[in-house]
Parts: sequence; structure tokens; C-alpha cells
Amino acid sequence: MDIVAIQLLNAVQYGLLLFLVASGLTLIFGIMGIINLAHGSFYMLGAYMAFTLSSLTGSLAVAMVLGVVLSVVIGLVLEWTLFSHLYKRDHLEQVLLTYGLILIFEELRSLIVGNDVHGVPVPALFGGSIALVDTMTYPVYRLVMSGVCLAIAAGMYVLIQRTRLGMTIRAGASNREMVGVLGVNVNLVFRIVFALGVALAAFAGMLAAPVSSVYPGMGQQVLIICFVVVVIGGIGSVWGALVASLLIGLVDTFGKVLVPEYAGVAVYLLMAAILLWRPEGLFRRG
Amino acid sequence: MNQRHNALRALAAAVALAFVASPALAQEKVKVGFMLPYTGTFAALGNAITNGFKLAIAEQGGKLGGRDIDYVTVDDESDPAKAPENVNKLIKRDNVDVIVGTVHSGVAMAMAKAAKDNNALLLIPNAGQDEITGPLCAPNIIRTSFSNSSPGYAMGKVAADRGYKTVVTLAWKYAAGDQSVGGFKEAFEKGGGKVVKELSLPFPTVEFQPFLTEIASIKPDAVYVFFAGGGAVKLVKDYDAAGLRKTIPLLGPGFLTDGTLEAQGASAEGLLTTLHYADELDNPKNNAFRAAYKKAYNVEPDVYAMQGYDTGQLLAAGTKAVGGDMKKRDALIKAMQTAKIDSPRGPFSLSKANNPVQDIYLRQVVNKQNKAIGIAIKGYADPAVGCKM
Repeated sequence: MDIVAIQLLNAVQYGLLLFLVASGLTLIFGIMGIINLAHGSFYMLGAYMAFTLSSLTGSLAVAMVLGVVLSVVIGLVLEWTLFSHLYKRDHLEQVLLTYGLILIFEELRSLIVGNDVHGVPVPALFGGSIALVDTMTYPVYRLVMSGVCLAIAAGMYVLIQRTRLGMTIRAGASNREMVGVLGVNVNLVFRIVFALGVALAAFAGMLAAPVSSVYPGMGQQVLIICFVVVVIGGIGSVWGALVASLLIGLVDTFGKVLVPEYAGVAVYLLMAAILLWRPEGLFRRG
Repeated sequence: MNQRHNALRALAAAVALAFVASPALAQEKVKVGFMLPYTGTFAALGNAITNGFKLAIAEQGGKLGGRDIDYVTVDDESDPAKAPENVNKLIKRDNVDVIVGTVHSGVAMAMAKAAKDNNALLLIPNAGQDEITGPLCAPNIIRTSFSNSSPGYAMGKVAADRGYKTVVTLAWKYAAGDQSVGGFKEAFEKGGGKVVKELSLPFPTVEFQPFLTEIASIKPDAVYVFFAGGGAVKLVKDYDAAGLRKTIPLLGPGFLTDGTLEAQGASAEGLLTTLHYADELDNPKNNAFRAAYKKAYNVEPDVYAMQGYDTGQLLAAGTKAVGGDMKKRDALIKAMQTAKIDSPRGPFSLSKANNPVQDIYLRQVVNKQNKAIGIAIKGYADPAVGCKM
């Protein structure tokens, strides 16, 4: 029984991390109407920043702070130069541009860091393990990771539901013109949302780096599963993304150990089943 | 005037002679094509093989069969999708006499197929895909390393001999992992044990936590895993961090602890593995090899370096027999097939399927060294199922 509890912990921890990446995607997709295929690249960007910056500075914490600042800047610049031209265009053009960005980011990664797989050491402070049951100990860093994810989820809830900026974001999403007429700088709001989405994905990559290692193509893997989260949760719903992420965490973790032969498809079966039941996802926005 | 005329004539004659003589004097070079991973998960392995090969060649005075060597190098990135294109570059564009490669089994499969189709000479310094010396076997495809199932088979025997009754396996879901686990299972269950669960995850992902939890819940007598390179480092560390190292013995083929011990540190101490090589094999050839390798590259050699070295030795033996004339293909292959290679792993020769017949050692990690503590199987020849040669 104890072991099932630990497996649940694994599932929740994976789900929370997934939520961190997927929430950025659902924000950008749902609120700004942009299909951002390059979202996985931001996750990869974060992981590689954790690797390079932590080997330069010797501290993962410092690397994370620097990395978040950098990714916000990258987000702002990208929105200003590229994405702001996409709002009024159809999805096909968005897909083309963001797919191009994937290729550019992968090639840059290959040029700058190379194609090797790298490990990122767990910070010494959280390096230990604690005994949860008598047969097994649990690495402290994984618990810390889950705590951080929870804190960020709570922070996002407060930001979107309880602050003036959050109110403007929600209003801008449902009727962009009207909010503009009321004298709100909608372009600025969208720019902030986009940068926030990039920073969330990059932060998730940094947090996961010590656990998952950094390797070429890691962004695409995450991207696909994130779209599954967004589809299951309902497009644009942050709450839906949280529920869907946890659901996927459970199905994936238990699928891997209970039906190892079908682990690869378990998550997609879940998605198909939910779409049959609720074609618009679990939580439809608005 | 006359004298100057003579001098001119002599010069002209010399030049003419040089033109005529040069093709005859400078024999055709031997063209060796490396197709190995120089980037990606297996980059370190590709470099070790190259270093080992070149060390063996240096010991031949930098020549093969008395002829100079041209090297062509292709980075295969351990990417099976790019393999056919890469190997065809070597065969058709560069016209190499012999291809040396590779590490990844999937890439090696594509190379073996291309070698078979084009009748190109292929020496495989690592990839253990069983089929290559099974259904795909051919006289022009020779392997100097092992087959995937053989270290697993040896470990299965060891596990059964130690009296383990239940084992859980965990491996990357690709040919090398499947075949290694298959070899283990065959020998272990023959010896009366039972593999109670086979777990796997996609190559090269390394999120082991759910699997470790499952292992803790099953509590088998031992765990058999197949991982290499960066994945092996992570698994051994995670296994230790999960507190399983002290309670459930971790077993694997030697790749689990070869070339990775520095990064694994204390988490790897005491682990048991099986392989056709160990760090401190006490034979004169191994001692000389280790000293020479360390001198040349300033690092300790590993099994991959040794396999690269033996690939060089085997090719040297073959080319010596034909005086470096790579056109005498049949004689060249015959010489390699009958050669007895004085290898750092102990002497070996090739089986009928062109796979080494060799001892497989049981090794234990002691002070960051893979120390041989016995021989798991003596003179093991892969069964080469499906090879008709």
C-alpha cells in the first residue's frame, strides 16, 4: 500500500511539471489565439540554460534566476518581432512560423552546445534522500520540485483571478477590440502574456533538468504531450490544464508499470476517450 | 655549353623518370572509413573506438600491409534515420576499402544491409545487434565486439548460480535492450529462475522514478538492466538515491559501468556486471595496451577503446596477408577469419558467423575499476541463430 502512495507521488510530481509547461501553452493558445509549436523549444531552451548557466556560475539557483530573466526577454523580443504580426492571420501561417522556429532553435542548440546528452547536478542542499517507506527512499529534490510547481500554480491563480492585470488578460481574451476601446493597451498585455508563457516553459525545463538530463529533441517530446494536456483540459483553461496534467501524470505513471507493453499509447487512449465524451475538453473556457 | 646541355638533359630525364615512376613507387593507399558517433549519447564511445583503432595502427608503424592509410570520417549521430545516407556516402562517394562502425545497433543494421547489398567490407567495433551475425551474416561483415544477447546470457547464468529466484528487468526499448534482456532471461530461466516483470522505457529517456518505485514494490531477488553512456550514469545514481542498492542487487552487462564510473562515483561501488573485458585483466597484452593507451591519450582505456584496438589489430592481420592489396578481398577475409588475435581481453578468434569466440568475465566495481572476479562463461560463441554461411 505504501508503495502505491509513492507511485501516486511520482504521478503527481510528473503531472505538476507537465502543468508548468502546458499552462504557458494554453495561455498563449487560448487567450491570444496562437498555435505555438515552438513552445517545446522554450522548454528545451530552459533546460539547456540550466545546464550552461549552472556550469558557468556553479549554482543551479543562480542559473534559474538568470534563466528566467533571459527567457522573459526572449519572449518579449519574439512577440514584438514575430508573433505580434500573427494575431490576425490564420492558423496555417502560425503553424508555419512556429515550426520554423523549432528548426532554428534546434540548430542553434546544436551549434552552441552540441548534440551531446548532459546531466545537470542536483543542488547539494537538496541532494539527499529521505525514507518514506522501509524499502525505498525518495530524493528530496523531487519533493522540492513539486512544491515549487504548486507554488507557481497558486501564484498563477492569484494573478489571473485576483489582480487587475489578470482581469485585463481575461477581458482581452474574450473581446480584444472592446478592451482596446476602453483605453487598455491590449498589445502590451498580450506581450506580457506571451513572455509569461515562454518563462513558464523555460522555468519548467530548468526545474526538470537535474531529473531528466538535457538532450537534443527533448522539446518535441514535451510539446506533443502538452498539446494533449491542452486538448483534454479544454483550450485556454488554466484550471483544465491542471486537471488534465494530473490525469496524464496518473495514467502515464501507472501505465508504465502496470501495462508496460502499452505505456506509449495509454495517454493517447485517454485523450481519445475524453474527446468522445466531451469533444471540447473537460473545462471549456468562458 | 655542352655541359649545360647535359645538365638540362639529365634534369629532363629525371623529371620524366619521376613521372613514370611515381605511380609504381607510391602504392595505392588503404582507404579506411570511420562511421561512428562523434556527437550525442554515444559520442565518448565513438571517440574511444577511434583512438583504440589508431593506436593499433600506430603499432604497425602507421601502415596497413605496408601501405599508407587515408581516413574518411562520418559522424553517424547514433541516428538510424540518417544511417543509409551516411553509409552510402562512404561506399559510393568516398569509395573506401573498409568501413569501421558503429556503436548504435539500429545504425549498424542499416550499415550491415548496405554492406551486404554493395559487397562492402564492414568491421563492427561495437554494435551487438544479434541479427548482424545471425540472419544478416555475410563473409564481408565481421564483428570484433560481442552480440547483444551474450553478456546478458552470461549474467543470467551467474544470477541463477547465485540462487536468485526472481528478477525484474529494466531496459531501453530498442533492439540492444530487448536482446540483452532476452539473453539474460534465456539463461536465467534455464537455470531455474524467473523473470517476474519486464519494464522498459524509450531510448534515450531517463525518467526512472516510476520504475524504481515498482521495483521496490515487487521486491525481487535482483534487478537486471540494460543502459549505456549517460543513461547508465543516471540509472545507477537514481537506483542508489532510491535506497535500492543495498537491498536489491543491481545486475547488468558491462556497459552499465564501462566508461561511466567516474560520473557514477560511489553509487556504482560493488555492482556486478558481465562483459568480455575488465579493467585489470592481468595479462601482458592488456598491461601493455593500457600503458600505451594512457600514454597516447592521457585517459584510461575502456572496453570500447579495446574493441577499436582489436578492430585495428584484426585489419592489420588481414592486410598483412595480402600485402595491403585490398582488391584481394577473399584472401583478406580468409586471413581475418583464421587469425588468432592477441587481444587485451585474452586471445580470441572468429566464429563461423564472424563473431568473436571469447571468455565472458564476471566483474565487480571496486575503487572505480571494473575488476574481474571470475569467468562467467568460458569460450562463449554466440549461437548465431539464422546464419547460413
